[in-house]
Amino acid sequence: MLYVPGNNPNMVKDAHIYRSDSVMFDLEDSVSVQEKDAARFLIFRALKSIDYENTETVVRINGLNTPFGVDDVKAMVRARPDVIRLPKTETPDDIKAVDKLISEVEKAAGIEEGSIKLFAAIENAKGVVHAYQIALSSPRLVGIAFGAEDFVTNLNTQRSKGGLELFTARQEILMASRAAGLHAIDTVFSDVNDDEGFRREVELIKSMGFDGKSVINPRQVSMVHEIYTPTMEQINSARKILRAIEQAESEGSGVASVNGKMIDKPIVERARRTLELAHLSGIYLDEMEEEEFNA
Amino acid sequence: MPENAAGREIPRTIHGLQAVKPFEGSFVNTPLVRIQKGSRTLPRLNKLVESIEQAILKSELKDGMTVSFHHHLRNGDMVLNMVMDVIANLGIKNLTIASSSLTSAHEPLIRHIRHGVVTRLVTSGLRDKLAEEISHGLLDIPVLFHSHGGRARMIESGEMKIDIAFLGVPSCDVYGNANGYSGPSACGSLGYAMVDAVHASKVVLITDNLVEYPNTPFSILQDQVDYIVQVDQIGDPEGISAGALRMTRNPRDILIAQYATHVIEHSGYMEDGFSLQTGSGSISLAVTNFLRDVMLRKNFRASFALGGITGNIVGLHEEGLIKRLLDVQSFDKEAIRSIAENRFHTEIDASYYANPHNKGCATNKINVVILSAMEIDTDFNVNVLTGSDGIIRGASGGHSDTAIGSGISVIVAPLFRGRTATVVDRVQTIITPGDTVDVLVTDHGVAVNPKRQDISERLKTKHLPIYTIEQLQEKAEKITGRPEPVQFEKRIVGVVEYRDGTILDVIHQVKD
Repeated sequence: MLYVPGNNPNMVKDAHIYRSDSVMFDLEDSVSVQEKDAARFLIFRALKSIDYENTETVVRINGLNTPFGVDDVKAMVRARPDVIRLPKTETPDDIKAVDKLISEVEKAAGIEEGSIKLFAAIENAKGVVHAYQIALSSPRLVGIAFGAEDFVTNLNTQRSKGGLELFTARQEILMASRAAGLHAIDTVFSDVNDDEGFRREVELIKSMGFDGKSVINPRQVSMVHEIYTPTMEQINSARKILRAIEQAESEGSGVASVNGKMIDKPIVERARRTLELAHLSGIYLDEMEEEEFNA
Repeated sequence: MPENAAGREIPRTIHGLQAVKPFEGSFVNTPLVRIQKGSRTLPRLNKLVESIEQAILKSELKDGMTVSFHHHLRNGDMVLNMVMDVIANLGIKNLTIASSSLTSAHEPLIRHIRHGVVTRLVTSGLRDKLAEEISHGLLDIPVLFHSHGGRARMIESGEMKIDIAFLGVPSCDVYGNANGYSGPSACGSLGYAMVDAVHASKVVLITDNLVEYPNTPFSILQDQVDYIVQVDQIGDPEGISAGALRMTRNPRDILIAQYATHVIEHSGYMEDGFSLQTGSGSISLAVTNFLRDVMLRKNFRASFALGGITGNIVGLHEEGLIKRLLDVQSFDKEAIRSIAENRFHTEIDASYYANPHNKGCATNKINVVILSAMEIDTDFNVNVLTGSDGIIRGASGGHSDTAIGSGISVIVAPLFRGRTATVVDRVQTIITPGDTVDVLVTDHGVAVNPKRQDISERLKTKHLPIYTIEQLQEKAEKITGRPEPVQFEKRIVGVVEYRDGTILDVIHQVKD
């Protein structure tokens, strides 16, 4: 998910070219109070007139407890992004309030109710503690994002290279998301010049189980994709597993094995997930097809 | 039978000789020696004259002649202005200036044009104030714009006769052996100046670094040089060359560079032993870095890199990834250091580089070239000379020479610059004809020239965002809208000569 300041027309006009899975136009923290109206107008026009192709569009609105939140929702629902993201979510009621408002605007604007999805960003201890209830608070919810900058301030600490201070929050958010069947997206890594540190953090959150990472610089997009893209070895092994299971099924046998190892359901699911990621990342598609062709 | 000066009888005719010219004395027919009135201490002989004025007077500059310069000192050049000021003071008028290019350093020419000292310009490019004034009709006679190869062609063919070449040289001995590698104003290769030194009727070298004879290795040879003037400074080192060019961190540039690298890798033109030319723009530099990764991964080495040589090309050479460098112009301090000390980093002149009518130029031997564009149209014609406002602000350079010579020419450019689209219906000025341009790479996608089905086929399965150029143009127009056409006067202020000497396009005066 690529952050794009809502007051930067140059970035807004073609934020999708970096091929992040989603772009998040920010009306909140990256926009100063004086520019809130201008940014809202800019993003409204952009969503109405620019074709962002296959990239999911997300708008981070201001909280409903600010003077801008309600207007943001009113304008954005009519501009029809794929997702509205609520910052600093602390309780299920925060989400319910936005959900209700969105429904009202959808109705008023003649938009199919429920068509606009929601993302909750959890950015403090209270939100972390309520993560599971938040995850269950609205059928619009498609995911939870973790926001670490405010979180560490709230915890009276700061971010470290190892990320120990974020460990529990990440786990809680991940558990809540998985339990509720939502996506979990990790926080941004703000030192855009530290490519190595960024890489380490993406590897960490991938191994924890996060579905993706928020990024503040387009350059970071390809690094995330690279890390999330399965290796050729993983792909080949996944293909072997699926072939073996197909063969076993066609032979009427429920049990398959690859290299002498039994294949059970979780292994098959992981293999499917690997191929899905490979397919989504595209890079290996042609090589797979070529291989298929040569075989 | 007449006696010659040595007192021998020499017949007026000798069987087998067409003409008999009797000896007239040791010093009579050897002009440089005659100056010394018979002195035999030849090593003391030198071609130094006291001042630029002396050099101009001795070379017998007259109204209406053509004087030439080079642009190796780039924005730091002091030579052209220095010489033109003296010429103006001498009251000489109506000159043609043939400089390999003109840079932002040459704004004082505006004054000389106003006063009639200069009435015609022949150049690769124009920048800043001078360019703006020309675009608004400063000169009566249109400026003739040529490519680097085209200039070499017009000089070698005699189509353009240079009466006096005034060549700034960073190091020189008293006899005229000069190179660009050393001295406080070092600029590296003197490739463009070398053509002038061979073909101009008179050659005047201007240096701030007089060194012991013989100044080897030399790029300009003693047998080409008439006069030498020593001055305090020929250039401002800050303007002559950039320091180490850093890899860009601009995500848009990096994205374009990644696509371009992917295109080149799968184009069929990148294989072990391939050759390349990249420019000095930030996207081009990034492509060079990414190509390095591909070369390491695939265990490829390039046979040579051509053209304006940059520090990062030198880096790849020193790493063993590019075997040889052919250098017509050294872009930065690293390139200048390298050409001075590495015999596999070879200086070449502009004719060797790109003259289309010699017996073989190096641009014909490159597999891959990466080029920029101010504008490119749906016929793939490229403009690198005039801005979207119709004002001249660039240079033809080696763009058309390398585009036609290379196996694949790749244009790298963002789809927009500010609020202006790069891909348009019709470019303002054609510098490189579209049928020599193979692939356009933008941040929004890649377009392959339909004439290059072979490349299209190879890229088809390579997971690149491929569009037609019309689709890219539409994408751009959807966001920028269609700009009002620029208003021009009837009058022509510039003529674009294609490298072969034919006229490719004309530039009109912009309406105020």
